[in-house]
Amino acid sequence: MAAAEQIVRKPFVGELLGREDFAIIGDIVEPNSKVLDLGCGEGELLQWLAENKGVEARGVEISATKAQRAIARGVSAYQGDIDEVLEDYSDQAFDYVILSQTLQETRNPLRVLREMLRVGRRAIVAFPNFGHWSVRLSLLFTGKAPKPPLFPYEWYDSPNIHFLTVDDFDQLARKEGFTVERCYFIAGRRRITLLPNVLAEEAVYLVRK
Amino acid sequence: MTVETHTAQFESISLENGTSLSSVLVAYQTYGELNAAKSNAILILHAFSGDAHAAGISHETGKPGWWDNMIGPGKAFDTEKYFMICSNVLGGCQGTTGPSSINSETGCPYAMSFPVITMGDMVRVQTKLIDFLGIERLLAVAGGSMGGMQALEWAVTYPDRVAAAVPIATTARHTPQQIAFNEVGRQAIMADPDWNDGNYYSSRPPNRGLAIARMVGHITYMSDESMREKFGRRLREKEKFGFDFSVDFEVESYLRYRGSQFVSRFDANSYLYITKAEDYFDLTNGTGSLASAFSKAKARFLVISFSSDWLYPSYQSQEIVRVLRRSNHDVAYCELPSNYGHDAFLVDVAEQSEVVRGFLASTYKERA
Repeated sequence: MAAAEQIVRKPFVGELLGREDFAIIGDIVEPNSKVLDLGCGEGELLQWLAENKGVEARGVEISATKAQRAIARGVSAYQGDIDEVLEDYSDQAFDYVILSQTLQETRNPLRVLREMLRVGRRAIVAFPNFGHWSVRLSLLFTGKAPKPPLFPYEWYDSPNIHFLTVDDFDQLARKEGFTVERCYFIAGRRRITLLPNVLAEEAVYLVRK
Repeated sequence: MTVETHTAQFESISLENGTSLSSVLVAYQTYGELNAAKSNAILILHAFSGDAHAAGISHETGKPGWWDNMIGPGKAFDTEKYFMICSNVLGGCQGTTGPSSINSETGCPYAMSFPVITMGDMVRVQTKLIDFLGIERLLAVAGGSMGGMQALEWAVTYPDRVAAAVPIATTARHTPQQIAFNEVGRQAIMADPDWNDGNYYSSRPPNRGLAIARMVGHITYMSDESMREKFGRRLREKEKFGFDFSVDFEVESYLRYRGSQFVSRFDANSYLYITKAEDYFDLTNGTGSLASAFSKAKARFLVISFSSDWLYPSYQSQEIVRVLRRSNHDVAYCELPSNYGHDAFLVDVAEQSEVVRGFLASTYKERA
């Protein structure tokens, strides 16, 4: 596993948007770069990146209502399915392709990751860590599908169809030959450095081929 | 906001069919103020039967413009921020030169001696108007249906003159189904004996044919659902069937009313010429390659389609979006939910307003 990296925390984006993964992504993305956000939701992150880092921002969002709201914010978003639209982009069209809290929802996560690294020079992947101790204990003691606080869905209506842990992601990155440039682990609003596979609720990876 | 129609005149317009037209008049309206940098001008492009009166209350007729719900102070096209322009298309009959205009060489209406024009010709005339108004580069071009075709034509043919394009409920090339409906309309007009090979300006115009053409058009602008909601199987002013061929159903009454209204404001020959221009419209110029068509475009795009529009279905907008995306153009797209069919861009404007407003604001910030 790549060493967790401590960065100077710029609280603005995270606090503004109320999401720690956004704060990290806001730090990672270089000014004036080209960014594609897969599953951009209502475009909050892209709008922030456009206004504060001068990025050329594009977003894809499967929900029509969210895509509309993103456009209403001035973000160049369109309604589309990540599993289908990535193939439309040319090689290395973006500096960063962001996939935040969505990898576990895609039908074919590996294909999505490979496509992200074809379309972008770097991929930023943020995902919930299903290896977190609370998830483990929940399964052990209740005998029921865990409902981590970040994704409080019943098993039958959860959008999450591929459960992964920090160690799973590291293993896949090694197998695929992805270089992990940086990784960050979060529990609530705290950064985790020790035992991320047990203590982190979320992970954010910056990877390249 | 009371508005007036102005007229500009151009000596000669060259046409795609190789000929040219002289003394071309263009009817237009403007709303809002052009800023000092001339960077806030937006050209609105009307649909098939529209005109230059897009917004405000007409000084001449007292009626609101056809997109008054979208254009005005505080509206999506905010006239406190932007300078809005709308002109009647070439070939039209609402003040811009068309087949019903007098040919200065003969002193008679052009009728069928009017040249067959294209979407490109209509847009070329619009560029003359923009020149005339002293505007180098438009902040945006926007329109639905045929107006959307012109927005695409602008972005592709005059890439340096438009910062953003908003094609709504439209297509990059007319499809067989769209051509087919237009052909039914044309045949209805030409089958009316009063059409008289287009020479009816000093006699009775082909009102029956034109009304039938409009009735067909109206069916294509609605949706199955909107017709069921609006009319159901309700009878018109009767309790039971008449067992004759007078009006039984509400929907019949509505279509007849629309048809009869239309003939009082529209010229049958304009119907022929404008629908022909739509049918000839193919952004790829027959090459089939939308990618090469868009290769020169520099504008950012907002493409909008409507879920129940079966005349210009969403897949046609998505095809445009897909090509733009592949070539790394700046494009936003959404399909808006609506039951109103193709008419949605004119009547169901709450969500459309929000996306247009946001898109224009960021365009103005980034590119004005």
